[in-house]
Amino acid sequence: MTGYAATGAEAAAGRPVVVLAGGLSYERDISLRSGRRIVAALHAAGCEATLLDPDDTLLARLDADRPAAVLIALHGAAGEDGALRGVLELAGVPYVGASAAASRISWDKPTAKALCRAAGIGTADWVALPDTTFRELGAAAVLDRIVERIGLPLMLKPAQGGSALGAIRVADAEDLPAAMVGCFAYASTVLIERYIDGIEVAVTVIDDGDGPRALPAVEIAPNDGVFDYAARYTQGMTTYHTPARLDATTTERLMAAAVRAHETLALRDLSRVDIIVAPDGTPVFLEVNVSPGLTDTSLMPMSVAAASLDLGALTARMLRDAARRSQQVSTVD
Amino acid sequence: MSGDSLDPYVDLYAGRARGLIVSEIRALFAVANRPEVVSLAGGAPYVSALPLDEVAAIVGELIAEHGAQALQYGSGQGDPVLRERICDVMAVEGVRGTPDDVLVTVGSQQALDLLARLFIDPGDVVIAEGPTYVGALGAFAAAQADVVHVPLDDNGLQPEALREALGRLAASGRRAKLLYTVPNFHNPAGVTLAASRRQEVVELAQRYGVLVVEDNPYGLLGFDHEPLPALHSLAGGRNVAYLGSFSKTFAAGLRVGWVLAPPAVREKLVLLTEAQILCPPALTQLAVVRYLEAMAWQEQIKVFREAYRERRDAMLDALDALMPRGCRWTRPGGGFYVWLTAPDGVDTKLMQPRAIGQRVAYVPGTGFYADGSGRDAMRLAYCFPPPAEIREGVRRLAAVLEDERELAATFHRAGTARSDGRQTHRGEVPGPAIP
Repeated sequence: MTGYAATGAEAAAGRPVVVLAGGLSYERDISLRSGRRIVAALHAAGCEATLLDPDDTLLARLDADRPAAVLIALHGAAGEDGALRGVLELAGVPYVGASAAASRISWDKPTAKALCRAAGIGTADWVALPDTTFRELGAAAVLDRIVERIGLPLMLKPAQGGSALGAIRVADAEDLPAAMVGCFAYASTVLIERYIDGIEVAVTVIDDGDGPRALPAVEIAPNDGVFDYAARYTQGMTTYHTPARLDATTTERLMAAAVRAHETLALRDLSRVDIIVAPDGTPVFLEVNVSPGLTDTSLMPMSVAAASLDLGALTARMLRDAARRSQQVSTVD
Repeated sequence: MSGDSLDPYVDLYAGRARGLIVSEIRALFAVANRPEVVSLAGGAPYVSALPLDEVAAIVGELIAEHGAQALQYGSGQGDPVLRERICDVMAVEGVRGTPDDVLVTVGSQQALDLLARLFIDPGDVVIAEGPTYVGALGAFAAAQADVVHVPLDDNGLQPEALREALGRLAASGRRAKLLYTVPNFHNPAGVTLAASRRQEVVELAQRYGVLVVEDNPYGLLGFDHEPLPALHSLAGGRNVAYLGSFSKTFAAGLRVGWVLAPPAVREKLVLLTEAQILCPPALTQLAVVRYLEAMAWQEQIKVFREAYRERRDAMLDALDALMPRGCRWTRPGGGFYVWLTAPDGVDTKLMQPRAIGQRVAYVPGTGFYADGSGRDAMRLAYCFPPPAEIREGVRRLAAVLEDERELAATFHRAGTARSDGRQTHRGEVPGPAIP
């Protein structure tokens, strides 16, 4: 491994850091696994780190034992919608990753797609509708228009959320009503987008001082074709290729699109950009994650390893940079 | 580059391991364990009702006075004194057996696993109530059984439906090997097999040569009347493996259960359990012996019974007052569970994230079927939360059901077809983690 060994030792010389994991989102279990893993990696890199599961004692604990900086390994709303980041900004606690304002934008998949499309990044046609629209206008008429204009197959996702929870591919129009009901159980707004049959990749973007750069992309090949919750978290159900099996030109376009999405959404330190490479080689933006999974089966650690970086040392460096940044004035969302 | 599946052993696993996948349900239950969520999901007994100081004293004395025995290996069949005491406990419900025919197990879950290993080859048929206990489904799935469900009603297993199922199987050249049943205060349905049906069930099993697995963890926790005759008693001990447990009448954490089986079966079960665990834990077995001999265990059961009755009443009162139209539920006379059928169009599995979002948890009905049925139902457990929390949980659940009913109606008008999408078709069973 090259890169950050010295930085880890430097971080250890300062105050301990805190890793926030757990929380109340549907991704609680995954978050706890991420948190435990990153704490171990930080320890191995010589950085003293404590795991905290945020609850109503969090602010008092951060006040009593002020960390040098916080790593947010919370997935789902608490970690990614900007709310907790806003509270940390109010409390003057530095943290790694996108600001509260930028997180809020990225957290909402339709908003992130709109901004990326406006910046010239390809993304599948979509519509995002709250349940109230269907209740008011009647589902049949609206669903007919969706099928007519966007076409089948469709991909349905909760407008906010991760780990593919609630996401479903719908190939047949008659399956659409039940799929919508299932998706609305996770969020009050559903993103309905044209399904692109291509190669699914995840690109980790990091900024460790010299501007954002893409790490080797991970190509995701689920054994039975769908990268759903089970395929993500059951080892052996998905084969990962890092770097992705793409030609040089396609890889270059892919990396550029990921970095541009990171910049367009004003992200910071790290992000994971999920992309489908269409059959013609076009990168199609799906969504971005400001608090990527860090478990044994998560995609970002694969990219970090493929780049010959040490996850613990890299994270320690980001924590140190966040601590430095805290001297600057921040804006609360 | 060949890629990395993250599991270098994937080609080594047995075929029966194919179903071992991580499910969304587990992710949701990870949230349900937080104190902000009222969990009507898990069937954890209310062990705080025990006189814990007294239990601590007898366990302390056990180590001090009999440590050399309590911390040593023991008999594979189980401690002989405990087996005598188990016969005393069974006698309260009229079940007669000798200590020689009792095998002590690590909870009755191990007994289920042993019976499945002993009797089931891949593809063999097990008949079970629909719905049935999720832990039994797990044991049968591990043995690659083909589970055929027979419906329940408010009086338990329907003998006519059982007769039809047995006849249908016989006509197709197949024979069920086991009939698995929870006759008293059923998990998950809360119903009890009526006295008038019991003899017929026993006779049908005997006629078709099916071994009855009678699982009776809740029999002593009836609120309203004396225990009904066990199938084991009605059958004169022939053709029935009777499973009992101290998990609900004493302490689930001790993991002490038993099986009373016909001698030939018991002999093989002992050999199997020795291969599996050598012997059940001596410490917890002797703790149960001390508890049964030194403490007023029958009085303690009355304490448990009253605690569960109060909780049952809280749940039924809240359901009566708050549930939206179109819901139906069972009215248990004992045990831990109510089985609720949701209004038309509501899919309880799809609804679960919405419920967790509103800080209330239940187990979707699909967990209690081997064939994906149960989408219209859910299990509600009243055993653990205090009555005020039960009422709050039901209040939250009623609001979620009402909202889901409206949403489902909105979309069902657009088409009644059900999705066969990936949200639903991996056949996720919550597993024995949810007793």
